[in-house]
Amino acid sequence: MKIRRIENLSELPCVSEVPLGGILSNVGNSAQYRTGSWRTQRPIFKADICTNCLLCWINCPDGSIAVAEGKVTGIDEMHCKGCGICAYVCPTKPTKAMSMEQGGEY
Amino acid sequence: MVKEQVKGTVVGVTGDGAAADAMRQIDPDVVAAYPITPQTEIVERFAEYVADGKVNTELVAVESEHSALSACCGASAAGARVMTCTASQGLALMHEMLYIASGNRLPIIMPMVNRTISAPINIHGDHSDSMGSRDASWIQLYCRDAQEVYDTTIQAVRVAEDQRVMLPVMVCLDGFMVSHDMEWVEMLPDEEVKQFIGPMRPVINLLDKDNPISIGALALPPVFFEHKVSMIRALEGAKSVIKEVADEYGALTGRQYGLVEPYLMDDAEVAIVVMSSAAGTTRTVVDVLRDQGVKAGVLRIRSFRPFPKDEVVQALRGVRAVAVMDRASSPGAVAAPIFSEVASAMYGEEARPKLVNYVFGLGGRDLPMEQVASVYERLQNVVSTGEVGPVLTYLGLRDG
Repeated sequence: MKIRRIENLSELPCVSEVPLGGILSNVGNSAQYRTGSWRTQRPIFKADICTNCLLCWINCPDGSIAVAEGKVTGIDEMHCKGCGICAYVCPTKPTKAMSMEQGGEY
Repeated sequence: MVKEQVKGTVVGVTGDGAAADAMRQIDPDVVAAYPITPQTEIVERFAEYVADGKVNTELVAVESEHSALSACCGASAAGARVMTCTASQGLALMHEMLYIASGNRLPIIMPMVNRTISAPINIHGDHSDSMGSRDASWIQLYCRDAQEVYDTTIQAVRVAEDQRVMLPVMVCLDGFMVSHDMEWVEMLPDEEVKQFIGPMRPVINLLDKDNPISIGALALPPVFFEHKVSMIRALEGAKSVIKEVADEYGALTGRQYGLVEPYLMDDAEVAIVVMSSAAGTTRTVVDVLRDQGVKAGVLRIRSFRPFPKDEVVQALRGVRAVAVMDRASSPGAVAAPIFSEVASAMYGEEARPKLVNYVFGLGGRDLPMEQVASVYERLQNVVSTGEVGPVLTYLGLRDG
Protein backbone atom coordinates (compact mmCIF):
# COMPACT_ATOMS: atom_id res chain seq x y z
CA MET A 1 0.00 0.00 0.00
CA LYS A 2 1.23 3.43 -0.88
CA ILE A 3 0.75 6.24 1.65
CA ARG A 4 -0.48 9.37 -0.10
CA ARG A 5 1.53 12.43 0.69
CA ILE A 6 -0.48 15.45 1.80
CA GLU A 7 0.57 18.39 -0.32
CA ASN A 8 0.30 22.10 0.35
CA LEU A 9 -1.07 21.85 3.92
CA SER A 10 1.73 24.12 5.10
CA GLU A 11 0.29 26.86 2.90
CA LEU A 12 -2.94 26.85 4.91
CA PRO A 13 -3.25 29.19 7.92
CA CYS A 14 -1.88 28.04 11.28
CA VAL A 15 -3.63 28.71 14.61
CA SER A 16 -2.37 32.28 14.93
CA GLU A 17 -3.26 33.07 11.32
CA VAL A 18 -6.92 32.01 11.09
CA PRO A 19 -9.28 35.00 10.95
CA LEU A 20 -11.28 35.80 14.10
CA GLY A 21 -14.48 33.76 14.17
CA GLY A 22 -13.80 32.42 10.68
CA ILE A 23 -14.75 35.74 9.13
CA LEU A 24 -14.14 36.13 5.43
CA SER A 25 -13.09 39.59 4.42
CA ASN A 26 -12.53 38.69 0.76
CA VAL A 27 -16.27 38.60 0.20
CA GLY A 28 -17.82 37.40 -3.03
CA ASN A 29 -15.27 34.62 -3.26
CA SER A 30 -17.74 31.80 -3.91
CA ALA A 31 -16.98 32.18 -7.62
CA GLN A 32 -13.56 30.71 -6.82
CA TYR A 33 -15.07 27.55 -5.37
CA ARG A 34 -15.45 24.78 -7.95
CA THR A 35 -18.92 23.50 -7.10
CA GLY A 36 -18.95 22.01 -10.60
CA SER A 37 -16.89 19.11 -9.23
CA TRP A 38 -19.99 17.91 -7.35
CA ARG A 39 -21.75 16.95 -10.65
CA THR A 40 -22.72 13.39 -11.45
CA GLN A 41 -24.71 14.49 -14.53
CA ARG A 42 -24.06 17.34 -16.91
CA PRO A 43 -26.39 19.48 -19.03
CA ILE A 44 -25.87 19.35 -22.78
CA PHE A 45 -26.84 22.53 -24.61
CA LYS A 46 -27.98 22.49 -28.21
CA ALA A 47 -27.81 26.06 -29.51
CA ASP A 48 -29.55 25.21 -32.81
CA ILE A 49 -32.74 24.09 -31.00
CA CYS A 50 -32.78 26.79 -28.27
CA THR A 51 -35.47 29.48 -28.62
CA ASN A 52 -33.78 31.70 -25.99
CA CYS A 53 -36.86 31.75 -23.78
CA LEU A 54 -34.40 31.96 -20.82
CA LEU A 55 -36.51 29.67 -18.59
CA CYS A 56 -33.33 27.71 -17.80
CA TRP A 57 -31.50 30.95 -16.92
CA ILE A 58 -34.18 32.18 -14.53
CA ASN A 59 -34.62 28.75 -12.89
CA CYS A 60 -30.96 27.81 -12.48
CA PRO A 61 -30.27 27.91 -8.69
CA ASP A 62 -26.55 28.49 -9.27
CA GLY A 63 -26.62 31.17 -11.95
CA SER A 64 -24.76 28.78 -14.20
CA ILE A 65 -26.53 29.43 -17.50
CA ALA A 66 -24.26 31.68 -19.52
CA VAL A 67 -26.16 34.39 -21.37
CA ALA A 68 -24.90 37.12 -23.68
CA GLU A 69 -27.09 39.75 -25.32
CA GLY A 70 -30.28 37.94 -24.36
CA LYS A 71 -29.14 34.63 -25.78
CA VAL A 72 -28.07 31.43 -24.01
CA THR A 73 -24.44 30.76 -24.90
CA GLY A 74 -23.69 27.70 -22.76
CA ILE A 75 -23.06 26.37 -19.26
CA ASP A 76 -20.76 27.70 -16.52
CA GLU A 77 -18.96 24.40 -16.01
CA MET A 78 -17.10 25.64 -12.91
CA HIS A 79 -20.30 26.06 -10.93
CA CYS A 80 -23.08 23.92 -12.51
CA LYS A 81 -23.89 21.22 -9.91
CA GLY A 82 -25.79 19.12 -12.43
CA CYS A 83 -29.19 19.40 -10.73
CA GLY A 84 -31.06 19.10 -14.05
CA ILE A 85 -33.58 21.88 -13.46
CA CYS A 86 -32.60 23.54 -16.76
CA ALA A 87 -33.41 20.36 -18.66
CA TYR A 88 -36.66 19.91 -16.71
CA VAL A 89 -37.95 23.38 -17.56
CA CYS A 90 -36.68 23.47 -21.17
CA PRO A 91 -39.90 23.72 -23.28
CA THR A 92 -38.63 22.86 -26.78
CA LYS A 93 -40.24 19.79 -28.43
CA PRO A 94 -39.72 17.11 -29.50
CA THR A 95 -36.03 17.59 -28.62
CA LYS A 96 -34.97 19.65 -25.60
CA ALA A 97 -32.33 22.30 -26.11
CA MET A 98 -31.09 21.44 -22.60
CA SER A 99 -30.78 17.73 -21.68
CA MET A 100 -28.87 15.77 -19.04
CA GLU A 101 -26.20 13.16 -19.68
CA GLN A 102 -24.47 10.83 -17.23
CA GLY A 103 -21.04 11.87 -15.97
CA GLY A 104 -19.89 15.20 -14.61
CA GLU A 105 -16.96 15.86 -16.92
CA TYR A 106 -16.92 18.28 -19.79
CA MET B 1 -4.72 56.48 35.20
CA VAL B 2 -5.66 55.86 38.81
CA LYS B 3 -9.24 56.65 39.56
CA GLU B 4 -10.64 57.72 42.91
CA GLN B 5 -12.88 55.17 44.57
CA VAL B 6 -16.52 55.93 43.86
CA LYS B 7 -19.28 55.97 46.45
CA GLY B 8 -22.22 53.86 45.35
CA THR B 9 -25.86 53.77 46.34
CA VAL B 10 -26.96 50.94 48.63
CA VAL B 11 -30.21 49.28 47.68
CA GLY B 12 -32.11 46.19 48.79
CA VAL B 13 -32.43 43.96 45.78
CA THR B 14 -32.60 40.29 44.73
CA GLY B 15 -29.92 38.60 42.64
CA ASP B 16 -32.20 38.82 39.60
CA GLY B 17 -32.87 42.48 40.38
CA ALA B 18 -29.14 43.14 40.65
CA ALA B 19 -28.62 41.59 37.20
CA ALA B 20 -31.51 43.61 35.74
CA ASP B 21 -30.16 46.86 37.21
CA ALA B 22 -26.68 46.12 35.87
CA MET B 23 -28.30 45.56 32.47
CA ARG B 24 -30.11 48.89 32.75
CA GLN B 25 -26.83 50.67 33.45
CA ILE B 26 -25.05 48.80 30.66
CA ASP B 27 -27.92 49.86 28.35
CA PRO B 28 -27.17 47.26 25.66
CA ASP B 29 -28.18 47.91 22.05
CA VAL B 30 -30.16 44.68 21.82
CA VAL B 31 -31.64 42.25 24.34
CA ALA B 32 -33.45 39.15 23.09
CA ALA B 33 -34.69 37.01 25.95
CA TYR B 34 -37.36 34.57 26.98
CA PRO B 35 -38.57 34.33 30.58
CA ILE B 36 -38.00 31.15 32.58
CA THR B 37 -38.07 30.52 36.33
CA PRO B 38 -35.96 31.56 38.24
CA GLN B 39 -34.62 34.10 35.72
CA THR B 40 -38.06 35.65 34.98
CA GLU B 41 -37.57 38.67 37.21
CA ILE B 42 -34.59 39.80 35.13
CA VAL B 43 -36.63 39.87 31.92
CA GLU B 44 -39.64 41.40 33.70
CA ARG B 45 -37.66 44.21 35.26
CA PHE B 46 -35.66 44.88 32.14
CA ALA B 47 -38.85 44.99 30.02
CA GLU B 48 -40.15 47.63 32.45
CA TYR B 49 -36.98 49.67 31.97
CA VAL B 50 -37.52 49.48 28.21
CA ALA B 51 -41.20 50.44 28.55
CA ASP B 52 -40.32 53.34 30.88
CA GLY B 53 -37.69 54.64 28.47
CA LYS B 54 -34.86 54.12 30.96
CA VAL B 55 -32.77 52.31 28.35
CA ASN B 56 -32.35 52.68 24.61
CA THR B 57 -32.36 48.93 24.10
CA GLU B 58 -34.18 47.16 21.30
CA LEU B 59 -35.94 44.40 23.27
CA VAL B 60 -36.76 41.44 21.05
CA ALA B 61 -39.57 39.31 22.46
CA VAL B 62 -38.94 35.87 21.05
CA GLU B 63 -40.80 32.56 21.12
CA SER B 64 -38.05 30.42 22.64
CA GLU B 65 -34.54 30.49 24.04
CA HIS B 66 -33.16 29.03 20.82
CA SER B 67 -34.60 32.06 19.05
CA ALA B 68 -33.39 34.38 21.82
CA LEU B 69 -29.78 33.42 21.36
CA SER B 70 -30.18 33.24 17.57
CA ALA B 71 -31.41 36.84 17.57
CA CYS B 72 -28.52 37.79 19.85
CA CYS B 73 -26.01 36.18 17.48
CA GLY B 74 -27.42 38.14 14.55
CA ALA B 75 -27.44 41.42 16.44
CA SER B 76 -23.94 40.86 17.79
CA ALA B 77 -22.63 40.03 14.32
CA ALA B 78 -24.15 43.33 13.21
CA GLY B 79 -21.89 45.08 15.70
CA ALA B 80 -24.37 45.64 18.54
CA ARG B 81 -23.70 45.28 22.26
CA VAL B 82 -25.99 42.37 23.09
CA MET B 83 -27.30 40.71 26.23
CA THR B 84 -29.70 37.91 27.07
CA CYS B 85 -30.40 35.83 30.16
CA THR B 86 -31.73 32.37 30.85
CA ALA B 87 -31.85 29.36 33.19
CA SER B 88 -32.08 25.59 33.12
CA GLN B 89 -34.25 24.24 30.27
CA GLY B 90 -33.77 27.58 28.55
CA LEU B 91 -30.01 27.12 28.49
CA ALA B 92 -30.54 23.56 27.26
CA LEU B 93 -32.66 24.89 24.39
CA MET B 94 -29.93 27.44 23.60
CA HIS B 95 -27.28 24.73 23.50
CA GLU B 96 -26.85 24.63 19.72
CA MET B 97 -26.58 28.41 19.49
CA LEU B 98 -24.07 28.62 22.38
CA TYR B 99 -21.48 27.12 20.05
CA ILE B 100 -22.45 29.48 17.21
CA ALA B 101 -21.96 32.48 19.51
CA SER B 102 -18.53 31.38 20.74
CA GLY B 103 -17.35 29.96 17.40
CA ASN B 104 -18.21 33.17 15.60
CA ARG B 105 -16.51 35.05 18.48
CA LEU B 106 -19.58 37.12 19.37
CA PRO B 107 -19.16 38.88 22.76
CA ILE B 108 -22.68 38.29 24.10
CA ILE B 109 -23.24 38.74 27.86
CA MET B 110 -25.71 36.46 29.63
CA PRO B 111 -26.75 36.33 33.28
CA MET B 112 -27.52 32.63 33.79
CA VAL B 113 -29.60 31.64 36.80
CA ASN B 114 -28.56 28.15 37.81
CA ARG B 115 -31.49 25.75 38.07
CA THR B 116 -31.54 22.00 37.77
CA ILE B 117 -32.62 20.24 34.58
CA SER B 118 -35.80 18.12 34.37
CA ALA B 119 -36.87 15.31 34.81
CA PRO B 120 -38.33 15.06 37.40
CA ILE B 121 -39.40 18.65 36.99
CA ASN B 122 -37.91 20.99 39.59
CA ILE B 123 -37.41 24.75 39.46
CA HIS B 124 -34.73 25.05 42.15
CA GLY B 125 -31.05 25.75 42.03
CA ASP B 126 -28.18 23.47 41.16
CA HIS B 127 -25.44 23.64 38.54
CA SER B 128 -26.67 20.88 36.21
CA ASP B 129 -27.64 23.39 33.53
CA SER B 130 -24.40 25.32 33.07
CA MET B 131 -22.25 22.20 33.61
CA GLY B 132 -23.98 20.79 30.55
CA SER B 133 -22.63 23.77 28.60
CA ARG B 134 -19.16 23.80 30.11
CA ASP B 135 -17.46 22.87 26.82
CA ALA B 136 -19.30 25.45 24.70
CA SER B 137 -16.30 27.79 24.92
CA TRP B 138 -18.23 30.41 26.90
CA ILE B 139 -16.59 32.12 29.83
CA GLN B 140 -18.44 30.98 32.97
CA LEU B 141 -18.20 33.15 36.08
CA TYR B 142 -20.04 31.92 39.21
CA CYS B 143 -21.24 34.50 41.74
CA ARG B 144 -21.53 34.12 45.50
CA ASP B 145 -24.18 36.78 46.17
CA ALA B 146 -26.29 39.54 44.61
CA GLN B 147 -23.49 42.11 44.97
CA GLU B 148 -21.18 39.92 42.94
CA VAL B 149 -23.91 39.36 40.33
CA TYR B 150 -24.15 43.11 39.86
CA ASP B 151 -20.38 43.62 39.78
CA THR B 152 -19.67 40.64 37.54
CA THR B 153 -22.36 41.52 35.00
CA ILE B 154 -20.70 44.92 34.50
CA GLN B 155 -17.21 43.40 34.36
CA ALA B 156 -18.41 40.76 31.88
CA VAL B 157 -19.01 43.45 29.24
CA ARG B 158 -15.35 44.46 29.33
CA VAL B 159 -14.11 40.86 29.39
CA ALA B 160 -16.30 39.68 26.50
CA GLU B 161 -15.56 42.65 24.25
CA ASP B 162 -11.82 42.73 24.93
CA GLN B 163 -10.09 42.21 21.59
CA ARG B 164 -7.86 39.55 23.15
CA VAL B 165 -10.97 37.59 24.19
CA MET B 166 -14.00 38.15 21.93
CA LEU B 167 -16.00 35.39 23.55
CA PRO B 168 -19.45 35.26 25.16
CA VAL B 169 -19.74 35.31 28.96
CA MET B 170 -22.20 33.59 31.30
CA VAL B 171 -22.65 35.24 34.69
CA CYS B 172 -23.98 32.39 36.82
CA LEU B 173 -26.04 32.87 39.99
CA ASP B 174 -27.77 30.26 42.13
CA GLY B 175 -31.49 29.93 41.43
CA PHE B 176 -33.65 31.19 44.35
CA MET B 177 -30.73 31.08 46.82
CA VAL B 178 -29.32 34.20 45.14
CA SER B 179 -31.81 35.04 42.39
CA HIS B 180 -34.72 35.57 44.79
CA ASP B 181 -32.90 36.49 47.99
CA MET B 182 -33.22 40.17 48.92
CA GLU B 183 -29.78 41.48 49.75
CA TRP B 184 -27.78 44.63 50.43
CA VAL B 185 -26.20 45.69 47.13
CA GLU B 186 -24.09 48.75 46.46
CA MET B 187 -24.61 50.12 42.97
CA LEU B 188 -22.41 52.53 41.05
CA PRO B 189 -23.79 55.76 39.60
CA ASP B 190 -25.06 55.20 36.03
CA GLU B 191 -22.37 57.47 34.60
CA GLU B 192 -19.56 55.49 36.28
CA VAL B 193 -20.81 52.23 34.75
CA LYS B 194 -21.05 53.90 31.35
CA GLN B 195 -17.47 55.09 31.66
CA PHE B 196 -16.18 51.77 32.97
CA ILE B 197 -17.61 49.70 30.14
CA GLY B 198 -16.95 52.33 27.47
CA PRO B 199 -18.69 52.51 24.10
CA MET B 200 -19.13 49.40 21.98
CA ARG B 201 -16.31 49.20 19.44
CA PRO B 202 -17.36 46.25 17.33
CA VAL B 203 -14.61 44.07 15.90
CA ILE B 204 -17.13 42.00 13.95
CA ASN B 205 -19.58 44.25 12.15
CA LEU B 206 -21.73 43.04 9.28
CA LEU B 207 -23.22 46.52 8.85
CA ASP B 208 -19.88 48.16 8.11
CA LYS B 209 -20.47 48.51 4.38
CA ASP B 210 -17.01 49.87 3.71
CA ASN B 211 -15.44 46.70 5.09
CA PRO B 212 -17.73 43.91 3.96
CA ILE B 213 -17.33 40.54 5.66
CA SER B 214 -18.96 37.15 5.50
CA ILE B 215 -19.79 35.31 8.75
CA GLY B 216 -20.53 31.64 9.30
CA ALA B 217 -18.57 30.29 6.37
CA LEU B 218 -17.76 26.59 6.01
CA ALA B 219 -14.50 25.42 7.60
CA LEU B 220 -13.71 21.93 6.39
CA PRO B 221 -11.10 19.51 7.82
CA PRO B 222 -8.06 21.41 6.47
CA VAL B 223 -8.89 24.53 8.58
CA PHE B 224 -11.55 23.70 11.23
CA PHE B 225 -9.02 22.37 13.78
CA GLU B 226 -6.96 25.59 13.69
CA HIS B 227 -10.12 27.71 14.14
CA LYS B 228 -11.16 25.66 17.18
CA VAL B 229 -7.72 25.89 18.81
CA SER B 230 -7.52 29.65 18.22
CA MET B 231 -10.80 29.91 20.16
CA ILE B 232 -9.44 27.64 22.93
CA ARG B 233 -6.34 29.86 23.22
CA ALA B 234 -8.54 32.96 23.49
CA LEU B 235 -10.52 31.33 26.31
CA GLU B 236 -7.29 30.44 28.14
CA GLY B 237 -6.03 33.98 27.57
CA ALA B 238 -9.23 35.37 29.07
CA LYS B 239 -7.84 34.53 32.54
CA SER B 240 -5.52 37.52 32.54
CA VAL B 241 -8.26 39.78 31.13
CA ILE B 242 -10.75 38.69 33.83
CA LYS B 243 -8.11 39.58 36.45
CA GLU B 244 -7.21 42.90 34.80
CA VAL B 245 -10.85 44.00 34.57
CA ALA B 246 -11.53 42.85 38.16
CA ASP B 247 -8.51 44.83 39.41
CA GLU B 248 -9.64 47.98 37.63
CA TYR B 249 -13.15 47.50 38.99
CA GLY B 250 -11.71 46.87 42.44
CA ALA B 251 -9.86 50.17 42.35
CA LEU B 252 -13.12 51.90 41.41
CA THR B 253 -15.41 50.23 43.94
CA GLY B 254 -13.22 48.67 46.62
CA ARG B 255 -14.76 45.30 45.78
CA GLN B 256 -12.02 42.93 44.64
CA TYR B 257 -12.59 39.73 42.70
CA GLY B 258 -10.30 37.24 41.02
CA LEU B 259 -10.42 33.88 39.27
CA VAL B 260 -10.66 32.26 42.71
CA GLU B 261 -11.58 33.56 46.15
CA PRO B 262 -9.45 31.96 48.88
CA TYR B 263 -10.71 32.31 52.46
CA LEU B 264 -8.22 31.56 55.25
CA MET B 265 -6.29 29.29 52.90
CA ASP B 266 -2.74 30.44 53.75
CA ASP B 267 -2.26 28.08 56.70
CA ALA B 268 -5.19 25.73 56.03
CA GLU B 269 -4.72 22.00 56.68
CA VAL B 270 -8.22 21.05 55.57
CA ALA B 271 -10.15 22.87 52.88
CA ILE B 272 -13.33 22.82 50.84
CA VAL B 273 -13.37 23.81 47.18
CA VAL B 274 -16.81 25.02 46.13
CA MET B 275 -18.56 27.50 43.81
CA SER B 276 -21.34 30.06 44.13
CA SER B 277 -23.56 30.72 47.16
CA ALA B 278 -22.50 27.57 49.06
CA ALA B 279 -19.15 29.30 49.64
CA GLY B 280 -20.94 31.74 51.95
CA THR B 281 -22.26 28.95 54.20
CA THR B 282 -18.87 27.25 54.10
CA ARG B 283 -17.07 30.44 55.19
CA THR B 284 -19.39 30.74 58.18
CA VAL B 285 -18.56 27.15 59.19
CA VAL B 286 -14.85 27.90 58.77
CA ASP B 287 -15.18 30.86 61.14
CA VAL B 288 -16.70 28.54 63.76
CA LEU B 289 -13.99 25.91 63.23
CA ARG B 290 -11.20 28.48 63.38
CA ASP B 291 -12.53 29.55 66.81
CA GLN B 292 -12.13 25.90 67.83
CA GLY B 293 -8.55 25.87 66.59
CA VAL B 294 -9.16 23.89 63.37
CA LYS B 295 -7.06 25.12 60.49
CA ALA B 296 -9.88 25.13 57.96
CA GLY B 297 -10.19 27.13 54.75
CA VAL B 298 -12.41 27.59 51.69
CA LEU B 299 -11.37 28.03 48.10
CA ARG B 300 -14.19 29.39 46.00
CA ILE B 301 -13.80 29.05 42.27
CA ARG B 302 -15.25 32.09 40.53
CA SER B 303 -14.10 31.36 36.98
CA PHE B 304 -14.95 27.78 36.05
CA ARG B 305 -14.26 28.45 32.37
CA PRO B 306 -11.45 29.30 31.87
CA PHE B 307 -10.40 27.07 34.77
CA PRO B 308 -7.76 28.77 36.95
CA LYS B 309 -5.34 25.83 37.25
CA ASP B 310 -2.36 27.81 38.58
CA GLU B 311 -4.41 29.65 41.21
CA VAL B 312 -6.02 26.39 42.39
CA VAL B 313 -2.65 24.61 42.61
CA GLN B 314 -1.16 27.51 44.51
CA ALA B 315 -4.06 27.73 46.96
CA LEU B 316 -4.14 23.98 47.65
CA ARG B 317 -0.37 23.55 47.95
CA GLY B 318 0.36 22.57 51.55
CA VAL B 319 -3.25 21.64 52.35
CA ARG B 320 -3.42 18.07 53.63
CA ALA B 321 -7.01 17.07 52.79
CA VAL B 322 -9.43 18.73 50.40
CA ALA B 323 -13.13 18.14 49.73
CA VAL B 324 -14.39 19.36 46.38
CA MET B 325 -18.10 20.06 46.60
CA ASP B 326 -20.15 19.94 43.41
CA ARG B 327 -23.73 21.17 43.08
CA ALA B 328 -24.02 18.99 39.98
CA SER B 329 -23.42 15.38 39.12
CA SER B 330 -21.72 13.78 36.15
CA PRO B 331 -23.56 10.47 35.99
CA GLY B 332 -21.30 7.55 35.17
CA ALA B 333 -18.11 9.58 35.64
CA VAL B 334 -15.41 8.98 38.26
CA ALA B 335 -16.55 12.10 40.10
CA ALA B 336 -18.40 15.38 39.58
CA PRO B 337 -17.19 18.20 37.29
CA ILE B 338 -15.29 20.50 39.67
CA PHE B 339 -13.56 17.53 41.31
CA SER B 340 -12.36 16.31 37.90
CA GLU B 341 -10.88 19.74 37.19
CA VAL B 342 -9.21 20.05 40.60
CA ALA B 343 -7.84 16.49 40.45
CA SER B 344 -6.44 17.13 36.95
CA ALA B 345 -4.90 20.38 38.12
CA MET B 346 -3.29 18.75 41.19
CA TYR B 347 -2.08 15.54 39.53
CA GLY B 348 1.23 17.00 38.43
CA GLU B 349 2.06 18.18 41.95
CA GLU B 350 4.57 16.14 43.97
CA ALA B 351 2.97 16.79 47.37
CA ARG B 352 -0.71 16.88 46.62
CA PRO B 353 -3.51 16.80 49.20
CA LYS B 354 -5.85 13.85 49.67
CA LEU B 355 -8.92 14.65 47.59
CA VAL B 356 -12.54 13.68 48.12
CA ASN B 357 -15.66 14.70 46.26
CA TYR B 358 -19.15 15.50 47.53
CA VAL B 359 -22.20 16.00 45.36
CA PHE B 360 -24.68 18.13 47.30
CA GLY B 361 -27.80 20.22 47.00
CA LEU B 362 -29.22 18.71 43.81
CA GLY B 363 -32.60 20.11 42.87
CA GLY B 364 -32.04 23.04 45.23
CA ARG B 365 -31.75 21.04 48.48
CA ASP B 366 -30.38 23.18 51.31
CA LEU B 367 -26.81 22.89 52.49
CA PRO B 368 -27.06 23.30 56.28
CA MET B 369 -24.00 24.26 58.30
CA GLU B 370 -23.94 20.89 60.13
CA GLN B 371 -23.40 19.12 56.81
CA VAL B 372 -20.50 21.38 55.92
CA ALA B 373 -19.09 20.78 59.41
CA SER B 374 -19.35 17.01 58.86
CA VAL B 375 -17.24 17.37 55.71
CA TYR B 376 -14.50 19.17 57.64
CA GLU B 377 -14.75 16.47 60.32
CA ARG B 378 -14.12 13.80 57.71
CA LEU B 379 -11.20 15.78 56.29
CA GLN B 380 -9.65 15.96 59.77
CA ASN B 381 -10.08 12.16 60.01
CA VAL B 382 -8.42 11.74 56.62
CA VAL B 383 -5.48 13.79 57.89
CA SER B 384 -5.14 11.88 61.17
CA THR B 385 -5.66 8.34 59.81
CA GLY B 386 -4.46 8.68 56.22
CA GLU B 387 -7.56 6.72 55.19
CA VAL B 388 -9.51 8.46 52.41
CA GLY B 389 -12.45 6.11 51.85
CA PRO B 390 -14.76 6.46 48.86
CA VAL B 391 -13.84 9.37 46.60
CA LEU B 392 -17.39 10.30 45.59
CA THR B 393 -20.15 10.56 48.18
CA TYR B 394 -23.50 12.37 48.34
CA LEU B 395 -24.09 14.91 51.06
CA GLY B 396 -27.52 15.17 52.67
CA LEU B 397 -28.91 12.19 50.77
CA ARG B 398 -31.25 9.59 52.28
CA ASP B 399 -29.04 6.81 51.00
CA GLY B 400 -30.56 3.42 51.68
